[in-house]
Amino acid sequence: MSKTYFTEDHEWIKVDAGVATVGITDYAQEQLGDLVFVELPEAGKTLAKGDTAVVVESVKAASDVYAPANGEVTEVNEALTSDPSLVNSAAAGDGWLWKMTLADESQLEGLMDEAAYQASVA
Amino acid sequence: MSDTETLRHLPLEALHEEAGARFGAFAGWRMPLTYPAGVMKEHLHTRESAGLFDISHMQLFEVQGPDAIAFLSRACPLDAAALGEGRSKYTVLLTEKAGIIDDLIVTRLGPQRFMVVANAGNAARDEAHFRDIAQGFDITFEALERVLLALQGPEAEAVLIAAGLDLSDLTFMTGTEPRPNWFVARSGYTGEDGFEVALPVDDAERFARKLLDDDRVQWIGLAARDSLRLEAGLCLHGQDLDEATDPASAAILWAVPKALREEGKFIGARALQAIIAEGAREKRVGLKPEGRQPVRAGAPIINEAGETVGRVTSGGFGPSAGHPVAMGYVARSLSEPGTRLFTEVRGNRIALDVHPLPFTPQRYHKG
Repeated sequence: MSKTYFTEDHEWIKVDAGVATVGITDYAQEQLGDLVFVELPEAGKTLAKGDTAVVVESVKAASDVYAPANGEVTEVNEALTSDPSLVNSAAAGDGWLWKMTLADESQLEGLMDEAAYQASVA
Repeated sequence: MSDTETLRHLPLEALHEEAGARFGAFAGWRMPLTYPAGVMKEHLHTRESAGLFDISHMQLFEVQGPDAIAFLSRACPLDAAALGEGRSKYTVLLTEKAGIIDDLIVTRLGPQRFMVVANAGNAARDEAHFRDIAQGFDITFEALERVLLALQGPEAEAVLIAAGLDLSDLTFMTGTEPRPNWFVARSGYTGEDGFEVALPVDDAERFARKLLDDDRVQWIGLAARDSLRLEAGLCLHGQDLDEATDPASAAILWAVPKALREEGKFIGARALQAIIAEGAREKRVGLKPEGRQPVRAGAPIINEAGETVGRVTSGGFGPSAGHPVAMGYVARSLSEPGTRLFTEVRGNRIALDVHPLPFTPQRYHKG
């Protein structure tokens, strides 16, 4: 059973068997506008909660995406290297950014569920 | 934005709200940055069809009187007497040190009458500067209240004809007054053919709606205006030009007639002569970053050894070019196209090649 969390920074974290997949929300991609570049971490990189894990660049500006918890990057979405616009067209799906292990899953406690998140941006 | 209340509002703001614009502050105005189509589509639409821009934040000044020619020839490195009626010229306002206060388009409308279009962010400074100079001249200098719409792209002429405004006689950098208190120039800030239409506020909504009724027309926000002008190699004052830069280093010396470079009486003439004689120390160039990573304004330009040799003044992604585009200033010895330089973004070194401007071909209607 997977569970999806949402942060105030407009990220989603889908946790499945101890591995988290992280992306930005549809609301966030709409605010950013057309993405032209995504700077991804290397697999194996250790992240601490709050670290900048990914930088997404729109035509106009660069924005940081933060690690939601401590852990290690296991995989990045290589498809974004050639097609960053996947984040715009499918933020919650094919536009995912990276996967990471979770050193302490309890760090995600207190984050919003989808209903609470949607209410926060409504 | 905490200072929303102090921002100035476009007369057609309601029309932009209706179109779903996302707004942001620019040069003291609340301006449409993007519309629901998004910057990429807006940019490409302008190059393929006709993009409509509300640039009413820009300021029109009307200069007229017996000394209008002498006044403008003093204020700008411009041979106003040689400017034919209906002709427009790109020029600048300079400090005594030849620093660029603003860049302008001046159009001659009659024997003693000219229209000046200035940048929003500099309008107050420009007006004060012009009025200072005006002391000794027999002219009137008036800041006009107009809505200014730019229609840009290959379909612009046909759209205007369909809207009842046939301006097919105009060529690039000419202007006319088709109706009372209207002023139209065949010019723009995208590298495309197009028109800038200044019209009374009371006429503006009806005219804008008429243009928008045409399927070929779409609102375009400031974000795409910026990527369009950057691909076209056009300068933005406040970024690529400022009082610390001069026409020689900014590579806009073409705007200063040769005779005036030697014996002009405009403000800043002496300093500019000296700069030209010594050779500008740096030069504005196009820069093409290698790869997909955009390089933004403010990024340092370094050489292979890591020494700072310049700075990026504008940068982003070029939707038509299909790669990142930038411009900036580099030491003159490094300004030849093809010169390989570098920058650093978040600790990563990125190669930057000096690239000829524009990045995308200009398609003006030269007649």
